[in-house]
Amino acid sequence: MSQRKNIIEVTNLVKKFGSFTANDKLNFTVPEGEIFGFLGANGAGKTTAIKILSGLSKPTSGKVIVAGYDVSKYPNKVKRNIGYMSQQFSLYNDLTVRENFRFYGGIYGLSNKAIKDKTNYYLNKLEMQEYGNKLLRSIPLGWKQKLAFSVANMHEPAVVFLDEPTGGVDPITRRQFWELIYESADLGTTVFVTTHYMDEAEYCERVSIMSEGKIVAIDSPAELKSKYGVDTMDDVFVSIAR
Amino acid sequence: MSININIQNLSKSFGETIALKEISLDIKPNELFGFIGPDGSGKTTLFRILTSLLLPDSGTATVDGLDAVTDYKKIRKLTGYMPGRFSLYSDLSVEENLNFYASIFNTSLEENYDLIKDIYSRIEPFKKRRVSALSGGMKQKLALSCALIHKPKLLILDEPTTGVDAVSRKEFWELLKNMQEKNITILVSTPYMDEASLCDRIALMQNGNMLAVNRPQQIIDQYERQLFEVKTENMHPLVSDLEKYNREALVYRFGEYVHVSTYNGDEREYVFALQGYLTGKGYDQVIIQKKIPVIEDCFLALMDKSQTL
Repeated sequence: MSQRKNIIEVTNLVKKFGSFTANDKLNFTVPEGEIFGFLGANGAGKTTAIKILSGLSKPTSGKVIVAGYDVSKYPNKVKRNIGYMSQQFSLYNDLTVRENFRFYGGIYGLSNKAIKDKTNYYLNKLEMQEYGNKLLRSIPLGWKQKLAFSVANMHEPAVVFLDEPTGGVDPITRRQFWELIYESADLGTTVFVTTHYMDEAEYCERVSIMSEGKIVAIDSPAELKSKYGVDTMDDVFVSIAR
Repeated sequence: MSININIQNLSKSFGETIALKEISLDIKPNELFGFIGPDGSGKTTLFRILTSLLLPDSGTATVDGLDAVTDYKKIRKLTGYMPGRFSLYSDLSVEENLNFYASIFNTSLEENYDLIKDIYSRIEPFKKRRVSALSGGMKQKLALSCALIHKPKLLILDEPTTGVDAVSRKEFWELLKNMQEKNITILVSTPYMDEASLCDRIALMQNGNMLAVNRPQQIIDQYERQLFEVKTENMHPLVSDLEKYNREALVYRFGEYVHVSTYNGDEREYVFALQGYLTGKGYDQVIIQKKIPVIEDCFLALMDKSQTL
């Protein structure tokens, strides 16, 4: 496992907004194929860090390498090599399922044939063949989220960022979604995920917990639980983040 | 006196989508009642009917004996409602929002300060700040203060903790418990199953139906199956291997374990046979133990039952 190469390398990352320090000297690495949980209370600085990691915002100081590129120098190369999905912004409701694939495939510069193949592959996999030409708005939320995940993976990115991907879906769909995450990680994609469901923190290989702009803990769920002498990640979170 | 709610055969559809299917339910005075279920299960529709913001297709709902359709003016006076979407004025300050909502109900911040003190004191240092510049947790506390400013007898909170971190969620529930002591009937909805145990009674909602209504502990006591938790060295393929072993069983990840829920008879025999199967498949460090279900296990079992019926 120690032989896996790092897809994310963050060294002394600092981000300031005026006098407010949103990210205060973050240091961590995430290897290829890892499912990494990025946890923290609201306002701890997670969103700021994710924006920097995905090339949308520049660090004030420090060095961030994602998929082999420095985010300060080559933000567009970073963007080409990552996938991103969030609960708020997912897909276009007034396009059909196939049109959504086509749109995002086009953005990532996939050939027409590749778009078609990928679309068919995912529709088969999700058993949604009959829904290809339906408007996205007519599809239940849980399915939309699975589609959004597929679209984020369509260009075979090195790392995919998932920002609270399972909010509001039923417990069965939430678990089906995690099966997709596992599959994707087994194929070598690095998965960087935030969640407020603490049972989902247990599904990650390692998690970090942010508090007031700093990473205050980073380890496997099992190690964290034993370190803090508690039984669940919920208890770990409460004892650290409060 | 706090108030009760009576709901009889309430139905509501939007086009072909059935949002509520003949719901009947009584909520007792001063109860802290939780509606637990995913998006699209009908929680918001029910709340909007009870607050007189939406008309039912059929059935009736009364709040303190008042009809939700004909007596809407009276119901609005005694209800505090915090919608799922943040809906305060972001270009007004914290204080201006509170004063605005107070004046709508012909009251003032000073008059009801005692009621909201617990919550409002945490954001009072920022009372001159515009709402657009507040953090998520502060907005949530302000929204709750605004819903309480006219001293309602009924408080309806639609997913107040969605998207809120685990620590702030705990604090929020402590605030609700304090509110309940002030003789307010509270209805709250949430997609987080672990919050169910904090309610007096809960309704588990799915696709416009109530799968169960009871005290949380009773729902757990009525679990019809046997539940085991399984852990092994390599967890990735475990779910699909367990599904192959027992096709009638419900198999799902649950934190660091996989849960297996079956109707099989003898517990020891089952564990022994399953142990043998997993070892034969090459799994190391197999742990199988009996597990007491939590609400989420109950929800999954009830969902499965309602789908096979």
